[in-house]
Amino acid sequence: MSETLTLAPNLEQADDFYADLLAAHDGLSKAESDAFNARLVLILANHIGARTVLTEALAAAARQQAED
Amino acid sequence: MNKIFETPLYPYERHPDQNADTPVRRKVVIVGAGPIGLAAAIDLAQQGIEAIILDDNDKVSFGSRAICFAKRPLEILDRLGAGKQMVEKGVKWDVGKVFFDNRKVYEFNLLPEDGHEFPAFINLQQYYFEDHLVRRAHELQTDGAPIEIRGNNKVLKVEDKGDHTLLHIDTPDGPYDLEADWLLACDGAGSPIRGMLGLDFVGRVFEDNFLIADVIMDADFPTERWFWFDPPFNRGQSALLHKQPDGVWRIDLQLGWDIDKEEEKKPENVIPRLKEMLGEDVQFDLEWVSIYTFQCRRMEKFRQGRVIFAGDAAHQVSPFGARGANSGVQDTDNLVWKLKLVIDGKAPESLLDTYDIERIHGADENILNSSRSTDFITPKSEMSRVLRDAVLDLSEHYEFARPLVNSGRLSVPCTYDGSPLNSADALDGPERTRPGSPCPDVPLKDGYLLPKLADKFTLLTIDADAPDEIEEDGITVTRLALSVHDDPTRFLKERYLGDATSGVYLIRPDQHVAARRPSFDEKLFRAAIRRATGKE
Repeated sequence: MSETLTLAPNLEQADDFYADLLAAHDGLSKAESDAFNARLVLILANHIGARTVLTEALAAAARQQAED
Repeated sequence: MNKIFETPLYPYERHPDQNADTPVRRKVVIVGAGPIGLAAAIDLAQQGIEAIILDDNDKVSFGSRAICFAKRPLEILDRLGAGKQMVEKGVKWDVGKVFFDNRKVYEFNLLPEDGHEFPAFINLQQYYFEDHLVRRAHELQTDGAPIEIRGNNKVLKVEDKGDHTLLHIDTPDGPYDLEADWLLACDGAGSPIRGMLGLDFVGRVFEDNFLIADVIMDADFPTERWFWFDPPFNRGQSALLHKQPDGVWRIDLQLGWDIDKEEEKKPENVIPRLKEMLGEDVQFDLEWVSIYTFQCRRMEKFRQGRVIFAGDAAHQVSPFGARGANSGVQDTDNLVWKLKLVIDGKAPESLLDTYDIERIHGADENILNSSRSTDFITPKSEMSRVLRDAVLDLSEHYEFARPLVNSGRLSVPCTYDGSPLNSADALDGPERTRPGSPCPDVPLKDGYLLPKLADKFTLLTIDADAPDEIEEDGITVTRLALSVHDDPTRFLKERYLGDATSGVYLIRPDQHVAARRPSFDEKLFRAAIRRATGKE
């Protein structure tokens, strides 16, 4: 069976990670932040690897946008 | 300036057909003496089918144009008697370097697989490619093969007459008419024949211009493919440097959409750009400068009754990935044996519909790959540029990002998965030789495998029994019996058996696998032969 996307809480020390994510953008211009986010997405996508999970992740992110 | 551009290689000569009271009927008339038209004519003539090429001029292509030829087309050209000469003349290369801004982010090696007669790629100017084919055509003609190239014969009008086509042709002596049982339109992306027949050619336009400069220089750049994203000498755009024979270098500079083409082509504008790229001290001469734009598109159907389109006339891709001329040669490889069987009355005309199915499959694969390369090279939105630049930045430091860098996914041959000519795969063998695949080459004790599979149906047996010849409804299939004991390099076993201990392959005249099983079964192989010739 192929892997599926986890949408249940899964982050270790979620508040700390979120603070690190914000801190990583401190002092960056909009262009630098966009570039950072793009690099981060690619690094995480490679770590996940599984096409099925990535496809579901793209759909999950798009659904959020559709609801906004 | 290279003399070959100016030399009339097939000058106009008045032909007796021009004196006939009623139009003379010819078997196959080919419009266009480019790489594809020439390959088609040579293939037909070698099989004894009359092939007349009409070309609106009398010279080879002006400028280098297509420069990168891949292994599969070279193998096909070898079958046509011109592959080895081209490899000898061409420049072989394996290493590519990718630069971003002012730094090298990574380099790759094509690492050509061992055990093939032909290299992964050669670089050769289109004019040399055509010159070799023109010479081969003339050689065949001298030997009495039914092939002709009629220079300065411009087709003005075509009329579909059901079982043939009527052509109105203009020449320096005035017009004449000619009838063709079959008409092959190999007249390029702007195909006048396609226009005359009012056929669609739809697809995606890329709003970008590229400057090609062929430069002659004695430079110590290595024989590698160098590709730049956003270099200091062409800010926000891309650039390519690639070596061709005779000290000619291909330089490709992306210019963007809103430019004045005539201005940009002027030497006083081109030379400063090149100096910035190559360095002030490098001495060079311009051989040819051109500006091109491109589209990715194809015809809905390549066959329209008795008129068949091949090469750029049928499908057009971006130049990234060397998929233009390379795929056109594969079109004719696919078409010619089918056309011969139909002309000889050994297969139904519907066999030609599988040319459409198989080569549209190939064209769609090429369009997909070349569109993706183009989207990477020339990002279409702010975010696609951000993502592209992120890939390039990461590729400098992390190996994982390198496969995402797309400066052209280089042409590989198409496997005709799902083709109606394939029989179900009955051998637990390697993926790469499943039905529909082009046969990979193998070195044997007495030469390479592919030349033994050319121009006829072959029953390749590996440690399996079978009759030496089978005849099925007019199709003769000849056995080629091999054993893993004749396989000093073990490539035969690796490429055709895998874990199986024996195998029997039915191979088409274009060296594609039609069927395979672990052993010979007369009833099933006769069915496979009928299937591979469009009879079931």
